[in-house]
Order: sequence, then C-alpha cells, then structure tokens
Amino acid sequence: MRQVIGALRGWAARGTGLLGAGLLAALALSGLLPGVALAQEAAAMVGAPQPWGMGLQASGGPIKDAISEFNALVFWIIVVITIFVAALLVWVIVKYRAEVNPNPSKTSHNTTLEIAWTVVPVLILLVIAIPSFRLIYYQDRAVDAEFTLNVQGRQWYWHYAYPDHGNFTFDSYPVQDDEIRPGQIAKLSVDNPLVIPVGASIRILTTGQDVIHSFFVPSLGVQKYTIPGRTLETWIRADRPGVFYGQCNQICGVNHWFMPIEVRAVPREEFNAWAEQAKTRFAQGLPPELPPSVLAERRAAEQTRLAEARR
Amino acid sequence: MDTAAHAHHHDHHHDHKPGFVQRWLFSTNHKDIGTLYIIFSLVAAFVGIGISFLMRLELQSPGMQIFADGQMWNAYISAHGLIMVFFVIMPALIGGFGNWFVPIMIGAPDMAFPRMNNISFWLIVPAFLLLAASLFVGGGAGAGWTIYPPLSDDTYQTGPAMDLALFALHLAGASSILGAANFITTIFNMRAPGMTLHKMPLFVWSMLVTAFLLLLAVPVLAGAITMLITDRNFGTAFFDPAGGGDPVLFQHLFWFFGHPEVYIMILPAFGIVSHVVSTFSKKPVFGYLGMAYAMVAIGFVGFIVWAHHMFTSGIDVDTRAYFMAATMVIAVPTGIKIFSWIATMWGGSVKLDTPMLFAIGFIFLFTVGGVTGVVLANAGITQILHNTYYVVAHFHYVLSLGAVFGIYCGIYYWLGKMSGRQYPEKLGQIHFWLTFVGVNLTFFPMHFLGNQGMPRRYPDYPDAFWGWNLVASIGSYIAIASFLFFFYVLWVTFTKGARAAANPWGEGATTLEWQVSSPPPFHTFDELPRVR
Repeated sequence: MRQVIGALRGWAARGTGLLGAGLLAALALSGLLPGVALAQEAAAMVGAPQPWGMGLQASGGPIKDAISEFNALVFWIIVVITIFVAALLVWVIVKYRAEVNPNPSKTSHNTTLEIAWTVVPVLILLVIAIPSFRLIYYQDRAVDAEFTLNVQGRQWYWHYAYPDHGNFTFDSYPVQDDEIRPGQIAKLSVDNPLVIPVGASIRILTTGQDVIHSFFVPSLGVQKYTIPGRTLETWIRADRPGVFYGQCNQICGVNHWFMPIEVRAVPREEFNAWAEQAKTRFAQGLPPELPPSVLAERRAAEQTRLAEARR
Repeated sequence: MDTAAHAHHHDHHHDHKPGFVQRWLFSTNHKDIGTLYIIFSLVAAFVGIGISFLMRLELQSPGMQIFADGQMWNAYISAHGLIMVFFVIMPALIGGFGNWFVPIMIGAPDMAFPRMNNISFWLIVPAFLLLAASLFVGGGAGAGWTIYPPLSDDTYQTGPAMDLALFALHLAGASSILGAANFITTIFNMRAPGMTLHKMPLFVWSMLVTAFLLLLAVPVLAGAITMLITDRNFGTAFFDPAGGGDPVLFQHLFWFFGHPEVYIMILPAFGIVSHVVSTFSKKPVFGYLGMAYAMVAIGFVGFIVWAHHMFTSGIDVDTRAYFMAATMVIAVPTGIKIFSWIATMWGGSVKLDTPMLFAIGFIFLFTVGGVTGVVLANAGITQILHNTYYVVAHFHYVLSLGAVFGIYCGIYYWLGKMSGRQYPEKLGQIHFWLTFVGVNLTFFPMHFLGNQGMPRRYPDYPDAFWGWNLVASIGSYIAIASFLFFFYVLWVTFTKGARAAANPWGEGATTLEWQVSSPPPFHTFDELPRVR
C-alpha cells in the first residue's frame, strides 16, 4: 500500500496528469495517509505540510495522536455513508429510469423505513459522540503541567514569555524569503523559534494585544485564538524531538498570511541550557544560541547544500 | 400532492400589463418582482464569481500575483463572501423563486403586501451598490465576511469603507426582514380554500421556515452591526476590552445570526429539489410530513448550535460539549431528507432532464458537504481544522454546490414557466456536466489543503500547498466557463427556445403553477382555485 501511495505521490510531484487524480481515488487515499505519516516517524521529525499531502499532518505529540486516531474513525464512517448514498442514487437511476420502469409505483409512505433512517443515524452519531467527548476533555487542559508559556499574537509576529524560567520574553518574526537558509522553509521558518523540552506537558496561556490572532500548530494538535481582553488556556506536549510549524489562523490584517509559528522540541538538558542563557541574552536584546541539536541539524543542511552545489 | 379541482382558464381581457416604468420600477406584481430579483442575482453573481476568479488566479501559484497587498486581498475575499450570501443566493432563492411561486402554489392572487414587496427589492439594490463601492474606498473593508472586531474597528479598518459595508448589510437585512414578514403573512392568510398547511407544497413549507429564520436571525445581526457602527463612529465600547467590552460577544451575536443564515440559504433549495425529484420520478414525494417537519426541525436546531463556529474562541469545555452534541443532531433531519428523496425516486419512472440532473447532483454533493459537517461538528478535530481550507471546502460543498445547484435546478425547472420558452435540453445537460466537473475539481482538493493545515484568507502560502491549489484553480476556471456557458443557454432559450406548454413535464408535475399558462397571465388567478 505504501508503495502505491509513494508511486502516486512521485507521479503527482512530477506534475504530470494533474487532472487525472480521480476524486474517488483521492478520497480513499486521504484516509490512508495518516497511517503512512506515523510509519515514517524519524528521530527528529518535521511537522509541516507536504507537497500533495492529503491527510492530516504527521503527529508530534499525544494530543495530535488522539485527534488522528479519532479522525480516522470518523473518516471511515463518512466514507461508508457517502458510498452508500452514491450507490443508492446509482441504483435508482439504473433500475428505475423511465425506459426500464415506465409505470411508477405510488408508494409514498413506509413507517418502518422512516423510523429506520431516523434511528440508525442516531446510533451512528452515538458511536462518534462518545470518543469525541473523551477527546475534547483530554484536549482541554494539561493534567500536570510542568510549566507555563505565554503566547501573544501581535500584528504581525508572535510574542512569547516563559514566566516559570525567569520570565524572559521575546518576539518571533518570520524569515524573509531572500534570507531563507538551508533547512529552513519559506513562509514557515522564524528568527526566534519557540523552544520546548521533549515530553513535557506545557500549559499555554494566550492573550491578545491588538486584533484577534490564532495560535495554530497542526502537528501538535493545538489551536487557540489570542483575543484582546481575554486569557485562554490550552496545552501542548511534543513526544518526539523535532520542529513543528504553524501559521496564524484568524484573519488579522495586511500580513495575516505572514506570521508563521515555529516550535522546536529538544532534549530536556538542551532546553534547560537554552532557557538559562536565553534569560540573560534576551534581556540584553540579543538572541540566544540555538540548542545544539538544532544547530547540528542546520549545519547538516548547510553541508548538504554545499555538497549539492559542488556537484 | 394536491391538484386544482378545476383547470384554470384566464380571460385575456384582464391581462393588460402596465407600461415599462410602472411595471418594472414601481412593480407590485409578485411575478415581476421575482423576475427583478433573479436578474439582480445574476448581475451580482457576475461580480461575486468575478472576484472568485481573481482569487483563484492569485492562489494558482505561490507568491503575490495580482493583488497589491494583504489588505486588498482581505477586502476582495470579504466582498466575495458577502456578495454571494446576501446578493446572489438569497435574492435568487427567496426573492426570486419565492416571490414567483409561493403565491401561485398556494393559489393566492399575489403576496400579502405588494408595495412592501417592492421596497424589499429596491432596498437590496442600493445595498449591493454600497458594498461594491466599499471595495474602491480607501483600503476596502478587509475583515472577512464575519467582520470580527477588533479587526473591523476604526483603529484597524480606517476610513469609510467598513461603514459602507456595514450599512449595506443593514439595508440588505431590512430587505430580508420585510420580505420574511410578507411571506409569513401570505402563507398563513392567503392560501386558497382547501389548501391546508399539511397540503402545502414542500417549496412553500421551505419558504415558511426560511422566513421565520430570517425574521428571528437578521435582527440580531442588525443589532450587532449597529453596535459595531457606534463603536467605530460614536465612541462606544461594546466590543472593545479597553472600555469594558468584549470581542467574543460580537462572535456570539454574529453566529446567532450566521448559523441560521446558512439554513436560510439551503432550505429553499431543499424545497425546489423535492419538487423536481417528485416531478421527474412521476411519484409523489415520499414521506411528505417527515420532509416538512424535518425542515422545521432543522430550522429550530439551527438556532441552538451557533457556538460551533467558536470552538477555538475560548468557550468552556462543557459548552463545547453541548454545542458539539447539538450540532451532530442536525445530521438526523438532514438524513431524513436525503433518504426521502432517494425513496421518492425508488420505484419511480426516472427521467434525467437537466433539472433532475441538478437535483441528483445536489443530493450527492450535499451529502458530501453534510458528512464533512459531521467531521467539523467534533470540536476535538475542529481544534486543528477550524479556519482551514477544510472548512472552506465544507461550506462550498453545501453552498456553492448545494444552494447554487438548487438555483440552477429551479431555473431549468421553471424557466419555461417563467419566460414562456423552454431551454434547449442538450445545452442544459452540457451546462450541468461542465459545472459538476468544475466545482468538484475546485473544492474537493481543498479538503486535502485543510487536512494539511492551510489557513483560509491567505493570498500567499508555503510551497507545499502549491499542488492542490493549482488543481483547484484549474477547476475554478472550468466552473467559471460553465457560468458563462449558462448565459449562452439563456440566450439560446430566449431567442430560439420552443414555446413552453402549460405543463411541459407531464403527470409528475402536480403543483398549481403547472395548471396555469406559461408564462402565467399578469394576474394569475381571476378566481381562487379550489384544492381538493
């Protein structure tokens, strides 16, 4: 199955036969992709949109895992319902078209049938609703948050604060297209990423300053508006080291499309060292050294780029 | 469903029409006002669809292509949404088909308040002009069609553009409220003898429910935007936290209107599809009472689910649980309607003329839009799908492919009745397939973009989103070509179309409009028909 999808992706990525990607095939594939994404899990993962991606983004933590699992259930239910309705429509068109069936019946009631198509959907909805309730209560807030992060959306950058680590704050601006370095992604990478330790449940408090923005990182399964005059709570946890990208997701003016979010999940020791020097460096108005694993990754990307250039 | 006890015959002596100005500018005739609404809707559709063409050109590849900056983009996408909702779908379905066929179907000589009907139409014309003007004043009104403050405040949308747009909404809202009062009064008081509520054609039922939704929902929008106008211009702080106000209050008020609004757009289409499915299956509608009360149920539940648009606005988790459950309940009456339409066809003698193609297309595509609605009802999934292209795909499946298919369905079904000339069948079918392919190619890939996390209202995006955006743009060009082709079909109909018989569809068409000539005489009924 993975080979088929890989082949299809490769074929599509070459840009040939765009129109040929049949809608039904696409519908079926979009349900399989979450499974593929999990299988591709690597040491340092990248939570970002993929070219020709169809399913949800890869998972970086337990909240997104739970969303993906529940989404797969709902997905297969709606696919079955859609195919069922389509099959009924095809059946009546084939079986009861005027040429085949010139004398229509006059049936206009069938109480059993009418009760059935009321009760069965209710039962299907119950099957969906029970895990759905469980999911929203799980997502709501962290049970034992290790520390708190304050997130504030501003026109058009993000302002982060670490109140439990000496209350240092910093701004996170997008990297301009002409300053993108190897390993970075245009319109997703930022100058100062949000750095978190792997495996820690982190309480996030969002506040607004000017207009409403939305803190949205799909691969961590989190989204919350940042609203002036309100403090909203949510939480995140990254179980795998890596980078998780997001974008502002509530219309906020001219540069709504250019205020990305970059979250770096690093080993705990690296996070502690980073937080320690970030406290003093940001206070002096200087960016801190990025955690070693991030720097190593960046060096590797630069070397790959050099090697490619030499060839 | 119901038949007139005696065929209507009209007296040509009484069928003299007033002069042009009297007839079209000071019109009090429900059929003429209906025609005005449909023409207005087609003109507005040119603008609304024209803007969507610009949007797809912009999104065809990464980078800024044709829009100067994000504000201009925001202004255009906001205008696209407002125009399609208030000036295309609503005027066509409610003002157009509603005015034309509600009085005829219930055997009434006209609407209850003909002059009020006239002012309803003439309020919507300046409303549209004000909204269109807002695009060209300053930076335009770029806060999305949901106009959430603080972005819609005078600090962030300076100049009069936003005020023009808000005033346009006021006028359009007043027009809707007057129209709704007119429909309710007409349907309750002017039914022909024997036309009981439980014998009323389903299109009339759909308009009755729609009118109640309008009457209860639009005043809430009017209140909200009035507060927004005073916040902007007269120093109040209803939605400004610095003055003790609350931006989330606006969201509650907006969606208390906004959610019924989506049913206002789709219920009349439900009514039309019921008639068409019954006519072209040569069978009465299956489960008539279930169909009627399913619409009443949808209308009622539509008022108590509004905060499912606000799952990420910080409402309490228990509140989210309630709104999630209530939202999923809507799937039940909607399912009743889908299955009843199929049961109507079951055992019938199905003819696939253009109106029926659009009706079947509607049933399937509305099902797709409906099941993605069930996905989005789950606040847990919506946590990462809210405001993404998945939502854009969902609401275009129920509106662009639901309500608009309903409009096309109604136009092909009733064009002969309204104009006296029958559309060319082959061209109609070409139009259907062109539209069907185009809109699906446009909107289906948007599900993938949304799953991958592409936010809506973006003029530019990371390269990974390029592929499906390109496919969507190609699809939209096909859909737009099909819209232009539709005008060719109309032109052929009016120049070369065959004269339409009083009932071109045969024994399946049982409602009263098929008992009168095509087009009906200026005064439809000289004496009231009796309904058995």
